[in-house]
Amino acid sequence: MTGWNWIILFLTGLAAGIISGMGVGGGAILIPALVFVANPGQHIAQSVNLLFFIPTAIVALIIHIKNKNIDFKMAVPLIISGLCGALTGSWIASGLEAGLLRKLFGWFLLAMSVYEMFRKGKKES
Amino acid sequence: MHSENKAIRDRDNSKHPNYLLCAVIGLVTGIANGLFGSGGGTIAVPAMIHFLKAEEHKAHATAISVILPLTIVSSVFYIVRGYADWGLTLKVTAGGLVGGYIGARLLNKCPDKLLRRIFAVFMAAAGIKMIISK
Repeated sequence: MTGWNWIILFLTGLAAGIISGMGVGGGAILIPALVFVANPGQHIAQSVNLLFFIPTAIVALIIHIKNKNIDFKMAVPLIISGLCGALTGSWIASGLEAGLLRKLFGWFLLAMSVYEMFRKGKKES
Repeated sequence: MHSENKAIRDRDNSKHPNYLLCAVIGLVTGIANGLFGSGGGTIAVPAMIHFLKAEEHKAHATAISVILPLTIVSSVFYIVRGYADWGLTLKVTAGGLVGGYIGARLLNKCPDKLLRRIFAVFMAAAGIKMIISK
């Protein structure tokens, strides 16, 4: 059972990694996949995605800094206000019951999918 | 006169980003990142391209530099509140690192448009399932 569990979770991560390596949001795949496969609770699924992002982002960031792809003048004010937002968002999430947070996340996914379709249509015209 | 003003504005933009816009974009990105544990890049990248006039490849790279510190802060918050499952995280991340490597290699070979369509359909289906399930 534990061996089986390992394989399923490894494959879930593998699929999410392939998708995010292609430049499409990994969390939108990983979080629902985790909820459907392992059902650890919405908060834990989200924390897995946050922690999952850190090592990959560090590697990508080193490469981007070397290639001078980062606009630091833009990044610094975004980071400052973003940190306030991150604390606010995490605080709100921690006060929400898991079922409600999952439903809100579902709406967020739906909104992102609509945006993704709309954006494609716009580019093609 | 008008075009002259525009030229001055464009020159200013190239030196200093609009700080008010940056504050709003950062805040929204951060809230999504903390509240949903994801989605920061989905918001930050198009916002930087449309509102801050960033070039696409720079927007992607800059977004990672923004979202990484936000993710670290959100992660610490989740861990402190007891929302961490290290065993689960380890298994998924092990797969993710291998997948990330494969994905990066496939990036130039797979039709991006088709992939995005499949991705959008998956998101819509998963979103609806999460909304309606008890």
